[in-house]
Amino acid sequence: MKSDTVKIVSKRKSRINSINLPTEIGINIILGLFCLICVVPFIFVVIISFTSEESIREIGYSFTPTKWSLEAYKFAFNSSKAIWRAYFNSFFITILGTILSVLICVLYSYPLFRKDFKYRKFFTFFCFFTMLFGGGLVPTYYVSKNILGLSDNYAALIVPALFNPFNIIVMRTFFQSSVPTDIIEAAAIDGSGEYNTLFKIIVPIAKPGIATIALLNALAYWNEWYLAMLYIRTESLYPLQYLLMRTQNQIDFLTRNAAMLGSEISKLVHDLPQQNLRMALAVLIVVPIAFAYPFFQRFIISGLTIGSVKG
Amino acid sequence: MSDSMVPRKPPSKGFAKKKKNIILLSMLAPGAIWLILLRYLPMFGIVIAFQKFTIYTKNPTLLNNIIHSDWVGFKNFGFLFTTSDSWKMIRNTVGYNALWIVLGTVIAVSFAIMLSLLTKKFVAKAYQTLMFFPYFLSWVVASYFLMAFLDPTYGLINHLQKQWGIEATQWYFVSKPWPILLTVAYLWKNIGYSTVLYLAAITGIDTSQYEAASIDGANKKQQIRYITIPHLKTMIIILFIMSVGRIVNSDFGLFYQVPQNNGPLFPATQVLDTYVYRAFMATNNPGMSTAASLLQNVVGFFCVITANSIVRRIDEESSLF
Repeated sequence: MKSDTVKIVSKRKSRINSINLPTEIGINIILGLFCLICVVPFIFVVIISFTSEESIREIGYSFTPTKWSLEAYKFAFNSSKAIWRAYFNSFFITILGTILSVLICVLYSYPLFRKDFKYRKFFTFFCFFTMLFGGGLVPTYYVSKNILGLSDNYAALIVPALFNPFNIIVMRTFFQSSVPTDIIEAAAIDGSGEYNTLFKIIVPIAKPGIATIALLNALAYWNEWYLAMLYIRTESLYPLQYLLMRTQNQIDFLTRNAAMLGSEISKLVHDLPQQNLRMALAVLIVVPIAFAYPFFQRFIISGLTIGSVKG
Repeated sequence: MSDSMVPRKPPSKGFAKKKKNIILLSMLAPGAIWLILLRYLPMFGIVIAFQKFTIYTKNPTLLNNIIHSDWVGFKNFGFLFTTSDSWKMIRNTVGYNALWIVLGTVIAVSFAIMLSLLTKKFVAKAYQTLMFFPYFLSWVVASYFLMAFLDPTYGLINHLQKQWGIEATQWYFVSKPWPILLTVAYLWKNIGYSTVLYLAAITGIDTSQYEAASIDGANKKQQIRYITIPHLKTMIIILFIMSVGRIVNSDFGLFYQVPQNNGPLFPATQVLDTYVYRAFMATNNPGMSTAASLLQNVVGFFCVITANSIVRRIDEESSLF
């Protein structure tokens, strides 16, 4: 009974307080068009990746190819070791990098949220100052490569992205808005050590915030190509993004692989999928993101909302 | 176990405090060490901006290289302003940023308001999901999306141009359309994200304000003007100050990947960030590259301080610090 009246009231209210039909249609057209622009390029690339090479040569990239083909994917999975290797590298870097960066982020932002921490102000500034000022590309490159030995190894792909001041802001703000300080005092009185309090009590409370940071970091590591471009020379260390980038203008890794397979095969290189292989590679990079996307979106929206609170 | 049985002398308050601070310091340590090694240590490398940086062949460690390089004063900065395309590069950097700050804010705020107005919530949710998607892609992948349309031999647009008997545009060799292409690419990737941020802020507004306003006879337009926009003000300003601080920086991936590092496009695509990279990697001039990024840092720093102090003078609540 009660819910019925509420429904009627809210219905009437929404009718009074809503926009008229033409406006609503107009809004739908504008937003709908923009959304189309957002996803159509991806759909187009998926179509190209399933297009046969002849069709591409004949009518170029098209939404309606003359002939479909699975060649690009077959080739990607069967013949090219480079792609599997890059897939492994990307997953490895993303998983290890995310775990380490989240740990460091939580450990750094927790003391900044503790009002009773003596050096709180100093370390807040110590971190945020690097958002305003830095050494720039050249000194950072030399220090990383020559002093820290970040060159041509997995560390070079992980360490430079381990820490992000912006994530510290998000995490600290999340602590501030979701963790009551009384809990920490109570835990301390009960004899809980600082680390124990953090991992047993605070971390479970701040789970949504931590999930947001984890997803942002995972995304950053998955999409990483800049570090590879700077520090990586060995092909077996290429992450997916960099592999794709390298094939931008030449399909050199493909021809190199073919040369290794033998001379009679190298004359088949001409028939190998090339245009559609590039697009298939792009699709293969996006697919894991597309699967993770729903989780990403849900967490990041709720996490960033809180992160945007000033403080 | 046995510890709890023996009544210990309670430690003094000062000691407990010290101990707590030390433990909290140990938590900060990994992050702090990272900051020292990867952010503060390179800051000393700024001296390279004032040097003719040369590799000391006897023992080429970074310190030795710096010690044995000649000092050239502000010569590296001079070069930065006298080369023929330095003006274009500075114009591009500041111009694109200024345009995109304005366009990005206006479009994202309007999209967020539109989304909040839709009566069917699942439709709004669907729009939100679709427009957020490009934000999750890297510029490498996004550059392929663009190439599907612009590729000189197979691209869709070129193909259509041929079909209609127009001469096909060599997109990757003509710099003229690139200001628009880059703007479209930037908005395509980032609008969804900012829209979601603003929409989250709008959903946070107490709905009773709108109800009260509508009872008082305010129409939707007036409600947006007098309730929604004032509520978004703080957030708009904070994001504005932050982007003004980065007005001399640009999204490297956008300017490097999307035009595919093509020389003929540099008049429209060269920005300070790509210049810093190219001066270092391609033309091997670490001094000029460091000078350029030092300039970026200093200008950015003062822009943030200035923007913030102006905002503080007008509206203290909205300032960032």
